[in-house]
Amino acid sequence: MSGALDIEAIRRRLATGDGRRFWRSLEEAAGTPELAALLEQDFPRQVAAGLGVGRRQFLQLMGASLALAGLGACTRQPQQEIVPYAKAPEDGIVPGEPLFFATAMPLDTGVYGLLAESHMGRPTKLEGNPEHPASLGGTDVFAQASVLGLYDPDRSQVVRSAGEIRPWSAFFQTLHAAMQTQRTKDGVGIRILTETLTSTTLHDQIIAFNSELHSARWIEYEPINRDNALLGLQAAIGTDAAFYNRLEGADVIVAFDADLLGSGPNALRDTRAFSGRRRPGGRKPMSRLYVAEPMPTVTGAKADHRLAVRAGDVEAIARAVAAGVGAYGVTAAAAAGPHAQWVEAVVKDLTAKRNSTVVVAGPAQPPAVHALVALINDAVGNTNATVANVRPFAGGREQVAALGKLVEDIDAGKVDLLIIAESNPVLTAPVDFRFAERLQKVPLRIRLGLYEDETSRLCHWHLPAVHYLESWSDVRGIDGTTSIIQPLIAPLYDGKTVHELLAACMRKDESDRVPTSYEIVRDYWSRQRAGDSTAFWRRALHDGIVEGTTGAALRVDRDVEYLPKMAESIPLGDGLEITFRPDPAVYDGRFANNAWLQELPRPMTKLTWDNAACIAPVTAERLGLASGDVVELRLEGRAVRAPIWIVPGHAPEAVTVHLGYGREHGGRVAEGVGFNAYAIRSSTAPWIARGLQIHKTGEHHEFATTQHHHDMEGRDVVRGATIAEYQRDPKVIREQGEEAPGAGETLYPPVRYDGYAWGMAIDLNACTGCSACVIACQAENNIAVVGKDQVSRGREMHWIRVDRYFEGSADTPAIHHQPVPCMHCEDAPCEVVCPVNATTHSNEGLNQMVYNRCVGTRYCSNNCPYKVRRFNFYLYSDWSTESLKLQRNPDVTVRSRGVMEKCTYCVQRIQYAKIKAEEDDRTVRDGEITPACAQACPAEAIVFGNQNDPESRVAKLKAEPRNYGLLAELNTRPRTTYLAELRNPSPDLEKA
Amino acid sequence: MPQVFHRSTNTFSRVSIFGFLFFVAAATYGLALLNRSSYVTEAGVAREQPVPFSHKHHAGELGIDCRYCHTSVERTASAGIPSTQTCMNCHAQIWTDSAVLEPVRASYRTDSSIRWTRVHDLPDYVYFNHSIHVQKGVGCATCHGRVDQMNLTWQESSLQMEWCLDCHRNPERYVRPREEVFNMAWEPPSNQLEIGRELVRAYKIQSLTDCYTCHR
Amino acid sequence: MTSPVLKPREDRRPPIIAPGHTFETVTDRISRVVLRKKTPRGWIVGFALSFALMMVLFYTIGALLIRGIGLWGINIPVGWGFAIVTFVWWIGIGHAGTLISAILLLLRQEWRTSINRFAEAMTLFAVACAGIYPVMHLGRPWLAYWLFPYPNTMGMWPNFRSPLIWDVFAVSTYLTVSLMFWYVGLIPDLATLRDRSDSRIGRTVYGMLAIGWRGSAKHWHRYETAYLLLAGLATPLVVSVHTIVSFDFAVSMLPGWHATIFPPYFVAGAIYSGFAMVMTLAIPIRRFYGLEDFITMRHLDNMARVMLATGLIVAYGYAMETFMAWYGGNPYEEFLILNRFTGPYRLQYWLLITCNVILPQVLWLKPIRMNVAALFIMSLVVNVGMWLERYIIVVVSLHRDFLPSSWGIYAGSVYDWSMLFGSMGLFLTLLFLFVRFLPMISIFEMRTLVPEAEVKEEPL
Repeated sequence: MSGALDIEAIRRRLATGDGRRFWRSLEEAAGTPELAALLEQDFPRQVAAGLGVGRRQFLQLMGASLALAGLGACTRQPQQEIVPYAKAPEDGIVPGEPLFFATAMPLDTGVYGLLAESHMGRPTKLEGNPEHPASLGGTDVFAQASVLGLYDPDRSQVVRSAGEIRPWSAFFQTLHAAMQTQRTKDGVGIRILTETLTSTTLHDQIIAFNSELHSARWIEYEPINRDNALLGLQAAIGTDAAFYNRLEGADVIVAFDADLLGSGPNALRDTRAFSGRRRPGGRKPMSRLYVAEPMPTVTGAKADHRLAVRAGDVEAIARAVAAGVGAYGVTAAAAAGPHAQWVEAVVKDLTAKRNSTVVVAGPAQPPAVHALVALINDAVGNTNATVANVRPFAGGREQVAALGKLVEDIDAGKVDLLIIAESNPVLTAPVDFRFAERLQKVPLRIRLGLYEDETSRLCHWHLPAVHYLESWSDVRGIDGTTSIIQPLIAPLYDGKTVHELLAACMRKDESDRVPTSYEIVRDYWSRQRAGDSTAFWRRALHDGIVEGTTGAALRVDRDVEYLPKMAESIPLGDGLEITFRPDPAVYDGRFANNAWLQELPRPMTKLTWDNAACIAPVTAERLGLASGDVVELRLEGRAVRAPIWIVPGHAPEAVTVHLGYGREHGGRVAEGVGFNAYAIRSSTAPWIARGLQIHKTGEHHEFATTQHHHDMEGRDVVRGATIAEYQRDPKVIREQGEEAPGAGETLYPPVRYDGYAWGMAIDLNACTGCSACVIACQAENNIAVVGKDQVSRGREMHWIRVDRYFEGSADTPAIHHQPVPCMHCEDAPCEVVCPVNATTHSNEGLNQMVYNRCVGTRYCSNNCPYKVRRFNFYLYSDWSTESLKLQRNPDVTVRSRGVMEKCTYCVQRIQYAKIKAEEDDRTVRDGEITPACAQACPAEAIVFGNQNDPESRVAKLKAEPRNYGLLAELNTRPRTTYLAELRNPSPDLEKA
Repeated sequence: MPQVFHRSTNTFSRVSIFGFLFFVAAATYGLALLNRSSYVTEAGVAREQPVPFSHKHHAGELGIDCRYCHTSVERTASAGIPSTQTCMNCHAQIWTDSAVLEPVRASYRTDSSIRWTRVHDLPDYVYFNHSIHVQKGVGCATCHGRVDQMNLTWQESSLQMEWCLDCHRNPERYVRPREEVFNMAWEPPSNQLEIGRELVRAYKIQSLTDCYTCHR
Repeated sequence: MTSPVLKPREDRRPPIIAPGHTFETVTDRISRVVLRKKTPRGWIVGFALSFALMMVLFYTIGALLIRGIGLWGINIPVGWGFAIVTFVWWIGIGHAGTLISAILLLLRQEWRTSINRFAEAMTLFAVACAGIYPVMHLGRPWLAYWLFPYPNTMGMWPNFRSPLIWDVFAVSTYLTVSLMFWYVGLIPDLATLRDRSDSRIGRTVYGMLAIGWRGSAKHWHRYETAYLLLAGLATPLVVSVHTIVSFDFAVSMLPGWHATIFPPYFVAGAIYSGFAMVMTLAIPIRRFYGLEDFITMRHLDNMARVMLATGLIVAYGYAMETFMAWYGGNPYEEFLILNRFTGPYRLQYWLLITCNVILPQVLWLKPIRMNVAALFIMSLVVNVGMWLERYIIVVVSLHRDFLPSSWGIYAGSVYDWSMLFGSMGLFLTLLFLFVRFLPMISIFEMRTLVPEAEVKEEPL
């Protein structure tokens, strides 16, 4: 019962705190003097905090803790109330029983099909919808973290005009007046700026809008857009097209600067298909992956042959390959130069495996490369086979050009009314558009957004938008699959959807009611489907997919009407190259206020709470730079200050910067983190630019990284072999490390596990290191965020971490990822040393950690060879912010100060399944229990189950010869084991 | 030189030396008692409620089955507190004008919940599940006592960990046939132990003393 | 040096008590320190300083209770830092007392008499300081009592397999026995003070503490027996306590901790630091209170010899660790040693070797052993060295263990340092109070050493 009192004391303390909230409180908490100094460099704003131990607080707490010491054991529970329903709801809500609803999250041109777990009407966790072709049950960090975005206390909550809080009615008046004047002139002054349009209903609304006000214009803009692919394909195919791949059919994959497993609308689908083809003993042979890219990505890490080349040099290589495979219209190949061998091997493989390869280029590559890729795919017969072209939804649009047109119109004074929905152009527009300054020329500016960000500040009206988990809408994926977005909870704040905003514009008479987005979406779909619309609607909501929308592929028949052209290539200058990329954690900046994502170690750099100018070791050496040196990046007369981070495997003479940081407005988490790379990103070179100058400033920046050492020190941490070696002699894996001592080699009697024996197998061959598991675990297990300072002190709380090792030369290293949760050792070193039995072993082999018994000696962590235990050095969990409490998983204890915690194999899910099973008097079925990490994994790399059951998937995997235990020679007998990594190198390149 | 101390000091010192030991022993024992007292556990303390609902009347005299109100006790972790609707099923017909029931009617009219005072309150780090206990033949009365004889409801047991463990360590002492679970009046027979052992076998009851059984 | 004079035993070394002393002079000299009316200014200044330092400790403790031990530099992987380092250090220092009083008593080392009293006091205070750490280093200190096996409402016992539980027993036992030993030893002197004190309060307080000692033959007989029994009881503790403290490390599986040599080499280290501390205290005190007659060069010389001997054992320990790392062929052990030599903490390591192994070799030279200043410096050096040894053992072993991905770095924060120096403040404060209010040298035992006592000396 003392745990409860402990909490009381904490509540009392928080009561005295000055409105400290959320992760921010942690920098405060850590206010030791020398740290204050350190903070001063990093976050000047927070120095005020310091070590505020007031006299009263001091005495109070001394008193409290003494009382605790004395009466710890005899504590009375605080009086609580039970508040049952007055009228019970029909839809089967039973207290304590979670419900699952299908919904979808739009991002970029794609969609995540999701199942949302709801506790008493609170969405707490998101899982992939197995039925949805674009997610197939997997998710990524963005989808997993979006549930925190819903409860973000920094979201905008009120309609604001010129700093004043105003009612919606006031806004609607203004809007109506403006619309009336526009109606008289056919809406010539109206501009609507949205993000990439993926909602069919919204598209329908816009068409309706235009049919009424013909001169009104609608613009899509996102900083991460598909312009290049669109232009390239247009040239090659002669029509607007997008594409998606069918990697399950690909024996050879060639990625030209394309992070196909890590980002983009097809990443989840591709990851699943890819990992499916990388397992030995599959029906089809293991696929081979070639990657040419500047900055290492998760795709590059999995490559069998990764070429570290500058983004600007990719075109030459693509051209050489195209010429090699005899692509239409590609004649003399530019000499491939140093990469001739690589090109040769690629060409050989592509020509050898007709119709069963995939060549793909990334959004950063110029149209020419995309055209080349399309031609290559044609030449080797992939088009319509492994590469499906599809009509881009609502016709392709060149977003940068469109935004440029808008800017011109503004200058020409043609724009009277600008409505900006979601998109944040003031931050993300090409810097040469000088958007902020242009924007202020518009007479009436309206912004609908989740946060009061840079754009909102410059608009007359800011309107709170609703999160997708609060709203009705729909979204269409690349392959046409359309999902209805249904709300899991009523809007937390008084927000509106873009549907409602447009509907409000359309009102003839001010007295007309603004239809709800439910009515709008429902109405649209009942118009689409004749007949029983209710049944159809129910079905669509239940499945999360509108039937009959999937897979609208566009057949391209070359020889018929159209002769492919090459998009002409834009010559790059020379000098140092810079490439702009979406950030693996905050994307284009829209997730910058999401603390889970900010604290997520980036898959390649393992940095948290920062972006950096990433460069190759050789380049750093040449320029005399070290990680942490703050430099000024100068490009076309513009400059930004950025800290250097040296990345092994980065292409030499190039710098990679990630977008979305250096936010000035948009939430307490986002603000002041990292530097704003948009400041040097122009419309002429939005992705790749040359002639970058680097100037040292002599300043130093403190990074918070979760992994300081990247070499395996010759220890058999990550084991692996080539597929050939492995097939020749499977023992090769076991021989790489020391054998675990036999069960007999102990004086203790052997422990038998008769019932269930829970175990986990992690396939390093499938794992891409995408880190979806880390965020999924955080969401499922109420894991606290600790803030940059605490991370830099080595106090991050993630229960599962993804270790990243470099092997070989610093210029072209092999890159390995290894997820490390608790190993649930059968002979767990942590258990013996705990003085109070707070960590013990269950008869199903779980290594149990009991927070309420823990006194915090940290001996268990010291004695854990895997260092997977995490300690609450301060009160990391937020006990004060109401909105965040809504997200918490009610089945997992929220930890308080001074206790140890660690991975539990999601024991709450195990217990739930076991109880259900025992109630219908059966045993738990294989696959009935899935830990959060395994469920999120798009590659199905993590498998959990009962290893006593020889038929279970986990038992079968553990029986494979490539199964090994980490540090097994210590006789910890881990329940979590790994399946070694296999590569499939090209024989020719291997020889060389 | 004058004596500093009176001769009685000898006795004092001797007594105090031995007395000290007894004092320590007594204090320890006292603290142990206090810890288990109803002052701390609040067991046996009847709680004031917004509506003086009497289990004695409803469950005892009228003999309404537990599950009529606590609907989810066999299916889910929480037994379920009835909605006002459930009360009104009867009280729409009977006692329709009694002043005592006004809060109930008000709640139904205004669709606003009745705020009951919680009687059984486990710490937040304990995860108890009703359905599985019912399933395994743990009677309501075993933990909740003779609710059918309580006017205002009180907490029968200490709900302290040692109390839970007592049954989790030797279930055979407490389990009863499934059909008797909701029978308030059921008394353990003289041969409870052997019957218990059989039931433990029949219902596949494990003595679950793993921490994760209750703590997560 | 005084030239050799008539001595109880033929011995060319300096006397253990300066010539020319009688019962009266001895009694008077020692008790005067306590019974003098006005407190010397030096004492007041010293006390004020150490008291201030003690307040720093209390502030730190308060801050830790309010904010959490995150104030320290500890992290994952380095879960233990200054707190455990300093705990082991104090416990080690606490060893000299019992060793001197118990073992040397049983070995009939007469020279112990003049230093055993405050060596014992020092032991108590050191253990008191040490005792703070295991509690304060907990994440939830207010639950420290869960480490004791007592019947509770959770129906749980502590984990008797955990060395930390053994620690609880070892340290508390040691504290109790040392306290008894010290107090029993004090009784006859307390009686002396009672009789000599001329203030009523003095007489009452000392009288109570003297629990009616009259110095009758019966009293003496029982006293001797009790004292001897306690000595017998305390002797194994000298070995056991630090053996068990060393188990905190040896029982784990961490390279650098998991070593069978730990118990002997911890005990030796403890005595090493213990004597160093006695010397650090004895030298200034004998100077300040002019007790050179009682704490003679003979004592300093002997203590220096003990230090030299134990120092060599410790050095052997270091050597063996390195040898076994190579001989055992365990890659993790090998890496650990290399990491000590060349890793981020190499400075601390080589400083440790200098302080504990290289410098103390000068104690071979008699001139050094006869030079008070030199001995004082050496004692300080060894104190520092022994603290560093624990730092190396705790931090360096933890910061780089098995998986390179989880390697980290550690540095003490302001609160680590304030806790360290604060505890020294507590130690000194207690010590100052002791020398002011209790006879720091055993009067009656000293009296057995003056020539007149020669014939009457009874074998213990």
